[in-house]
Amino acid sequence: MRINRNIAFTYFWASKRMTVVAILGVLLGMSIFMFMNSMAAGFDRASGESFFKSTPHIRIYKDDVVSAPLSSDTTTRTLIINPKVVPNKVTIENPLQYVQLVKQHPAVTVAFPQVNCPVFYNNGQSQITGTTIGFPPDEANRMYNIASYMVQGNINALAQNQNGIVIGSGIADKMNIITGDHINITSSRGVNMTLAVVGIFKTNNSKEDKSKSYVNIATAQQMLKENGVFVTDINVNVKDPETAPQIAAELSMLTGYKAEDWKAANEAYMAASRMRKIVITFISFTLLIVSCFGIYNILNMTVSQKINDIAILKAMGFNGRDVVRIFVYQALAIGAIGVILGVVFALILVQALQHVYIGGDIGYFPIRFEPWVFLRGILIGLFITFLAGYIPAKKAAKVDPVSIFRK
Amino acid sequence: MILKIENIEKKFYDPVEFKVLNDISFTVNKGEFLTLVGKSGCGKSTLLYILSTMDTDYTGKLTIDGEVVTGYNQNQLAAIRNEKIGFVFQFHYLLSDFTCLKNVMIPALRLGRWSAAEIEHRAMEKLRLLGLADQALKPASKLSGGQQQRVAIARALINDPLIIMGDEPTGNLDSKNTQVVFDILKELSQEHQQTIIAVTHDNDFAKASDRTIEMMDGRVV
Ligand SMILES: Nc1ncnc2c1ncn2[C@@H]1O[C@H](COP(=O)(O)OP(=O)(O)O)[C@@H](O)[C@H]1O
Ligand SMILES: [Mg+2]
Repeated sequence: MRINRNIAFTYFWASKRMTVVAILGVLLGMSIFMFMNSMAAGFDRASGESFFKSTPHIRIYKDDVVSAPLSSDTTTRTLIINPKVVPNKVTIENPLQYVQLVKQHPAVTVAFPQVNCPVFYNNGQSQITGTTIGFPPDEANRMYNIASYMVQGNINALAQNQNGIVIGSGIADKMNIITGDHINITSSRGVNMTLAVVGIFKTNNSKEDKSKSYVNIATAQQMLKENGVFVTDINVNVKDPETAPQIAAELSMLTGYKAEDWKAANEAYMAASRMRKIVITFISFTLLIVSCFGIYNILNMTVSQKINDIAILKAMGFNGRDVVRIFVYQALAIGAIGVILGVVFALILVQALQHVYIGGDIGYFPIRFEPWVFLRGILIGLFITFLAGYIPAKKAAKVDPVSIFRK
Repeated sequence: MILKIENIEKKFYDPVEFKVLNDISFTVNKGEFLTLVGKSGCGKSTLLYILSTMDTDYTGKLTIDGEVVTGYNQNQLAAIRNEKIGFVFQFHYLLSDFTCLKNVMIPALRLGRWSAAEIEHRAMEKLRLLGLADQALKPASKLSGGQQQRVAIARALINDPLIIMGDEPTGNLDSKNTQVVFDILKELSQEHQQTIIAVTHDNDFAKASDRTIEMMDGRVV
């Protein structure tokens, strides 16, 4: 009813200074809540992006098999068991067929075979140890977005040059190589090759830059003295990285090989990320709740100041629900203004921080406007505001007018 | 018959058990101007709170406008008060953050029977009736006690209630204004068939009413 709102706004204006303080409280709590959560989302996105530059969502490979005893009967005979890794080849049989199979899964976006080969980069007398990774360059680029961290040359040039190689910037610096030069490498199987450098990349991980290189899959197979069906890994990307564990299980069933999702493969990283999320959520929620104490406080005060008014209103026929509404409206008015100003202030903070240069592998501060964070903040803010108003309002609704009039 | 009470009893337990109302029964007719008199502390206010439906902690039966309201829940009672009863309290008069006009309008805005413009017009009429038209837009807190009491009377009239109850409604007024209020109440009962139940200490006021009920120690004499 309009009269309830009307009375609520009169009370809203009646105690201006406390109203302003309560609004400021909500403003601060809201803006810091949204800012911190935007920051957390930004961190997650930034670290995810740099993470997936070298890690597939799912890796399919042949897991080592441990030998089992010949007999399972251990009661009648005494068995001497000496479990060992079965000296099997680490190759996936029929890899191309499996790649096709995996690609048919609706959630899979990219899938390609990969061959890893330990190598030495020969630099006169000294050698640099490292790994060269063989893969189809087009698809690998789609997965790792290699083009985004190329500093010289072009990843596509690798596909056109079977004798090409793309090396890390650390190797290039040490060996004083630029695009167009040649590099001599020796594999762990003793194969020696001279390849043309078609590009140089620089990731945010200097260790990788000093050891890693990319070649065509056929080159890597030759270095391992293997034929064209030798494949150690199948790399798979899916639509939503969060769903990787379920899809990994499905792919494992489908292929019979081990399919490991990125979360399982990086337990330490996941634990740190979870920890960060818990800390930020806890701190920001605490702030938000504390900031709504201002509303609770002012409403409690209004209720006790206006107890005479409440008694008169009830005597004139306002019921408990009307009284609750009067005070909840007042709380919501304060909360809504606080929330709106809080959103504006949070946007300003996000804007300002976006332009702060951190340097290193982070670059600019990884924060941006996150619609979901803001929407969630607004809803939670209004809900807490409602509660902060509802508790005193409920008390007001219970006022017995007769006991007030007798005083 | 507009209001009827049968065997109303009420006890207070604090500080000691004490029967403040003892077996009170009477009926009030439509359009009657009834006054309640008695020594201070005899239970007049307590009775009036029960009649007004605000106090539900009693035994006995209260009937208003043909409805037995004893046992009704708080929301039902609030609706009855809003529509059928106008009340003038002993010391507690107005909402101090609002203008006099708004104070008079509030019960009608709650009822929602008329448009806001109509309500404002009606409220001005009532204020004029009580000689307060020039005070309409002043904040209630800026008025003297007597003026506030008259605004409260105007407010009690706004919804054309069946019954107007007052706990010493002229207690704060000079003789001239007491006469004005008395004449208004008299007119309402005679011409508009509204029922008046007023507690008073003023013997002249009581004598001029249609009927006077005298109370002593929680009983009707
Ligand atoms: N809340 C209460 N608790 C205990 N006794 C009360 C309470 N309210 C009123 N009384 C007592 O009840 C009696 C009647 O009070 P009241 O109805 O206010 O009298 P009146 O209005 O006739 O002067 C008085 O003796 C008063 O002290
Ligand atoms: Mg009294």
